Amino acid sequence: MINVLFFAQVRELLGESAIQVEATAEINSAETLRAVLASKDEKWGKVLASDKLLVAVNQTISGWDTQVQDGDEVAFFPPVTGG
Amino acid sequence: MSANVSKVRVQTQDFSVPEEYALIADDNSDGAVVTFVGKVRDFNDGSAVTDLTLEHYPGMTESVLNQIATEARERWPLNKVTIIHRVGTMSLGEQIVFIGVTSAHRKAAFAACEFLIDFLKTKAPFWKLEAGETGKSWVEAKDADEQAAKMWDRS
Repeated sequence: MINVLFFAQVRELLGESAIQVEATAEINSAETLRAVLASKDEKWGKVLASDKLLVAVNQTISGWDTQVQDGDEVAFFPPVTGG
Repeated sequence: MSANVSKVRVQTQDFSVPEEYALIADDNSDGAVVTFVGKVRDFNDGSAVTDLTLEHYPGMTESVLNQIATEARERWPLNKVTIIHRVGTMSLGEQIVFIGVTSAHRKAAFAACEFLIDFLKTKAPFWKLEAGETGKSWVEAKDADEQAAKMWDRS
């Protein structure tokens, strides 16, 4: 399983803070995970299509081509605004 | 001898500037102590703000703050580094973030403190949700913050 987390606007718009996704051959990168999640329905497609969306793989902000595999934690969130 | 201590905390409760100052200012080999406090202000982009809620990514936040502190140490000769960031709901005027840096000399301490807040604002997974007269809205990331962080890029 891949543990998927959502934060801030992304969490609020999707109505989910965490889901589990079965690791399949189709999901081999952050980008393919995003594509699989975006295909769930129109809302997910729209939220995850944002060009400002960031991804962290195992708690490190990563590029979309970063490899994703069974047991990983992948988080999707908007640009950060702390401080 | 310098202890080179870094302290990183993410917490809901407020912090005491005098206490945090005393903790980092007790080493006589340091001639410079620089601190920064970020507060909840009553406006953003021209709209009134009534309170602020900060969300974060537990685990990743602490790890990013420790990485930023380590990077500051690689760039400047620092002794004590403290980063405290609050999460949860805060009212107008409340303290959000504390950065404290000590060094033998002021230039390193000033530069490191500014670097830490610039990097924190663009790299650490915190998000601000502002409440105002017209409801709640997520604070948009600012290009100016990204530009400020880029200024520290090493060529």
